[in-house]
Amino acid sequence: MLNALHTRLLNDFQRNFPLSPRPYLEIAEQLGVSEEAVLSALSDLSEHDYISRVGPIIPPNQLGVSTLVAMAIPPEQLQRVADQISARPEVNHNYERDHRFNLWFVLIASDAAHLQRVLDSIDEETGYQTLSLPLVDEFFIDLGFNLDLPHV
Amino acid sequence: MFDTRDYELLAHVQLGLPLCPRPYEAVGTALAMSEQEVLERLNRLKQQGLIKRLGVIVKHHRLGYRANAMIVWNVPEQLIKALGQRISQFSFVTLCYQRPKQPEWPYNLYCMIHGKDRQTVLAQLEQLNADCGIKHLESTVLFSLRCFKQRGALYQPIDKPVLAHG
Repeated sequence: MLNALHTRLLNDFQRNFPLSPRPYLEIAEQLGVSEEAVLSALSDLSEHDYISRVGPIIPPNQLGVSTLVAMAIPPEQLQRVADQISARPEVNHNYERDHRFNLWFVLIASDAAHLQRVLDSIDEETGYQTLSLPLVDEFFIDLGFNLDLPHV
Repeated sequence: MFDTRDYELLAHVQLGLPLCPRPYEAVGTALAMSEQEVLERLNRLKQQGLIKRLGVIVKHHRLGYRANAMIVWNVPEQLIKALGQRISQFSFVTLCYQRPKQPEWPYNLYCMIHGKDRQTVLAQLEQLNADCGIKHLESTVLFSLRCFKQRGALYQPIDKPVLAHG
C-alpha cells in the first residue's frame, strides 16, 4: 500500500519535524502536495501500523528512571510469565530472545524506589529472578532509522 | 532545568501529536496553554536535549526489518567509551549502550542491529567486529523471537516532575 508520499514521509521526516503552527502544511509545501494529503497519508501509515506516532523521542532516565531486565524462564512457562509482565504499566518492550536469558523487557518508573518495588514484585509474582541491567552510558545519537525502502 | 508544565507537556506529546492542521494548538487546549507557549517549550526542550528527536516514529518490523539482534560484549572498562563511540558510528547500528556486568552476565557493552534477515545482520556484525578489531572479545548475539509487548518509551504520569537519576 506504500506510495511515493508514504515513502517520503517515512524516510525524510523522522527528525526535524517542524516546530511551527502548521507543521503538516510546511511538510506538504516541501513535498509539493496539499496539507490534507499529508494528514491523510500519516493517518494511513498509523492505521496500517507502519508508524507508531508522530512525536518526540525522549532519552532514557530524563523523566523517571528505567532499566533493562533479563529473566531465564523455562520455555513452557514463558508465555504465562511474559503475559504477567506485559500487564504491568511500567513495562514498555517485552521480547523473547534466543538465549538462556530468554525474556527481555524495559521498565520505566517514576523513581528508584518505585523501580525496585516493581522488580521485587515481579520476582515474587513469577517465582523467577529478575536481572536488572540499568543504563550506565549511552553512545548512540538517535538520528532516526535509515530505511532502505524501494522508490515508487 | 525543566518545570512541572514541561513535564505535563512531554507526558502529553509522547503519546503522539494529533493529526490535524494545528496540532500544537490542540495540545495547548488540552493543557490550558497557548499554542505559542507549547512551541516555545518544545523548542527549548529540544535544545536542552530532553527531546532527542521529533518526528515520525516508524515500526521496523512492519517495514520488513524482521531480524532484530542485541549484541553484547565483555569489554575492558578502559576501552568501553572509545569502543561505544566507534560502534555507534556504523549506519546499521540503531542503539549502543553501556550497562553493568552481573555475576551471571559478564557483558557490559550492548548494541542493536535491525536488519531484513539474520544473514544480513550477522554479516554486518562480522564487518563491525573486524573493523573494530574486537573479534577476540567474549560476546554473544541474541535475536528476538516473539514480541510480547511493544510500545514506545512512555513515562509514567506522576504528580510531580522527577529529575534525572542517571
